[in-house]
Amino acid sequence: MTTAMLFAGFGGQGILFSGKQMAKSAMYAGKNVSWLPSYGPEMRGGAANCSVIISDEEVGSPLVTSPDVLVAMNLPSYDKFETSVKAGGYLIVDSSLINKKSERTDINVCYIPATALASENHIEGMANVIVLGQLLKLTGLFDYDTFLADMLRGIPESKAALIEKNKKALELGYNYNA
Amino acid sequence: MKTVFDRPAALSDVPLHYCPGCTHGIIHRLVAEAIDELGIAGQTIGVASVGCSVFSYNYFECDMVQAAHGRAPAVATGIKRTHPDNFVFTYQGDGDLAAIGTAETVHSATRGENITIIFVNNAIYGMTGGQMAPTTLPGQVTTTSPYGRDRSIQGNPIRVCEMLSTLDGVALAARVSVDSPKNVMQAKKMILKAFKNQEEKKGLSIVEILSTCPTNWGVSPEKALDWVRSDMIPYYPLGVYKDVDATEGGAAK
Amino acid sequence: MSEKVLMKGNEAIAEAAIKCGCRYFFGYPITPQTELSEYLAKKMPKVGGLCLQAESEVAAINMTMGAAASGTRVITSSSSPGISLKSEGISYIAGCDLPCVIVNIQRGGPGLGGIQPSQADYYQATRGVGHGDLRLLVFAPSSVQEMAQLTIEAFDLADIYRMPAMILADGALGQMMEPVDFGAIPQRELPAKDWAACGHENKRKKNIVNSLYIDPQELENIVDQRYERYAKIEETEARCEEYLTEDADIVLVSFGITARVCKTAIGAARAEGIKVGMIRPITLWPFPKKAIQTAACSAKAMLSVEMSKGQMIDDVRLAVNGQCPVEFYGRTGGMIPTPDAVLEKIRAMQAQL
Repeated sequence: MTTAMLFAGFGGQGILFSGKQMAKSAMYAGKNVSWLPSYGPEMRGGAANCSVIISDEEVGSPLVTSPDVLVAMNLPSYDKFETSVKAGGYLIVDSSLINKKSERTDINVCYIPATALASENHIEGMANVIVLGQLLKLTGLFDYDTFLADMLRGIPESKAALIEKNKKALELGYNYNA
Repeated sequence: MKTVFDRPAALSDVPLHYCPGCTHGIIHRLVAEAIDELGIAGQTIGVASVGCSVFSYNYFECDMVQAAHGRAPAVATGIKRTHPDNFVFTYQGDGDLAAIGTAETVHSATRGENITIIFVNNAIYGMTGGQMAPTTLPGQVTTTSPYGRDRSIQGNPIRVCEMLSTLDGVALAARVSVDSPKNVMQAKKMILKAFKNQEEKKGLSIVEILSTCPTNWGVSPEKALDWVRSDMIPYYPLGVYKDVDATEGGAAK
Repeated sequence: MSEKVLMKGNEAIAEAAIKCGCRYFFGYPITPQTELSEYLAKKMPKVGGLCLQAESEVAAINMTMGAAASGTRVITSSSSPGISLKSEGISYIAGCDLPCVIVNIQRGGPGLGGIQPSQADYYQATRGVGHGDLRLLVFAPSSVQEMAQLTIEAFDLADIYRMPAMILADGALGQMMEPVDFGAIPQRELPAKDWAACGHENKRKKNIVNSLYIDPQELENIVDQRYERYAKIEETEARCEEYLTEDADIVLVSFGITARVCKTAIGAARAEGIKVGMIRPITLWPFPKKAIQTAACSAKAMLSVEMSKGQMIDDVRLAVNGQCPVEFYGRTGGMIPTPDAVLEKIRAMQAQL
């Protein structure tokens, strides 16, 4: 089985981080995996996206052009990639930043106000992790506890506050009923 | 019988290819004497450049590397950084050092590479046959400034020691000449100091030596020496432009 | 738990260099290879090495030459425009028979071009990097794992054959992350560097590292000797991966990231019943001529897929030598071909068989 994912939004939203977490967990689970970022002159505020492929087979082209899962975290990304999602795939939209509704009926669309949820819960900047929580619930790609453990693996214990924030964000996203 | 004059051991026993009256031979000898006096031939790596001194790898009895035009200080950097306890020197002419290799010269100087640069300034491109150099004097006739160097067209000559003396990484910047016994003695003193500075890891040392090119200047060897005194030295005054021993307590910043 | 680490291709090259004992890097920043120097800037001081940022690519390659000339294992890296600047130094390094590793994480050209992935420096790497009769060992990794493995190979073969080796990758391979297993580093018997200019300690005759031979006959002799070595390398060091070529009517030839795009397309074409396979050159010089010659005997057509306007196709045609038609599909400017587009081309070729 192969799952192709595309995470897209503004630079600074943690788009690349989200993709990396999926790739890491897949690697720890013994899958083949690739993570390919867009790169360019904009470090902050410009368009950012990354392709992630998780597969039981050898990964061919690492560039995702028609994803099984699309995470859209801003309007330009939504406009650019909404039509590219494979039939039967998933589209997860940060509805606090994107005020459009997909007219597609052949995909599963989920609207989650991740940015608003983050600020209501005083975890600004964690919208990307909230979305990851929702993604886990929708796709069942990884076991929740395993994914959380993988995500926290790289954070030193001295940064306890960051660990708490990540935990809270993932939980919020997972439990949100879209 | 007591030997009072001999070839320095660090100078190879081969005929030099330089033209009659050219002062490269004197300068080679001074470098070899300095290497002998410090007893470092076995620890020294020289870098030959492109120009008349391109064959200097044949003339010094130490390991030698031949570099591309202008790149000797970068090559020397690579050698010195991987062999910090060896002595590394470059032997470069004015075209090599002050035209095509300006960036490599300035940046190795400002980094404070612990190397010695022997800079032979004869105000002309010798190897290629007498073209204008970055150090060609205003009014000086060369094959590419046939009406004399016109500052409004060909720009101004560059004073290397003055320029490099503004850089923090430089331990020693001195201009000397080999036109007289007295000046030869002073040149030797500076070259020796430039090598010693490496031992003490003081920073980059450059000794600029005003040199003659009777062939391409189109004068006799004797007249060439006169021209050094009458025209070159006034434009390129001799002296120590920077010496951290005297001003900064012993090491370049 | 897996031994693997998730790394960018650029970082994998850097880590591989450290793992096989390289302690010196000289470079200059350029997208999309910068992570390589950043990684080494962090790591080298911790292993007693040095990562020095030069004032230019020109200086960086000459520092690399100095280190190599004095017998030190050394690496430099850049991307396309920077490799053009390094060309002079690479020619001198080849002319002095010095081993070192040069990394090119290619981007679109010519000129400033772009910063997205490209393979348009194929000619430069295999034909025209620097003046004079010279060759580089050219390795073309197609995964992050290979970025690491081939870096180690490049160091060893450069030492064995006393010549510069290049890792020719691209922006996608440099930037992407994949799991890497460094495993055990193969330990080869390497020749002593008794030619190095590192100070003779009054124990041997002086060494001269030089590329100047003013007597034409002497220079011809030196170049001839070097070409004898090149001939031996062509005989023994050409490497490629053969993928489903046995029964293939159509054989693709593709390297680096593009070969992966082709694998995806081949999978799809096979599912449609089209007999298609691929030869993936792992060394671009020496080029795996024999494998392609053999494939051309049984294939009905071949297809070169590249991120350029068609450069490697010249080598493919030379190897095929008229045995079957050789077609081309490529994208340029930083565009990565899609598997669908390659599949479309395969279908069109199948229809012509």
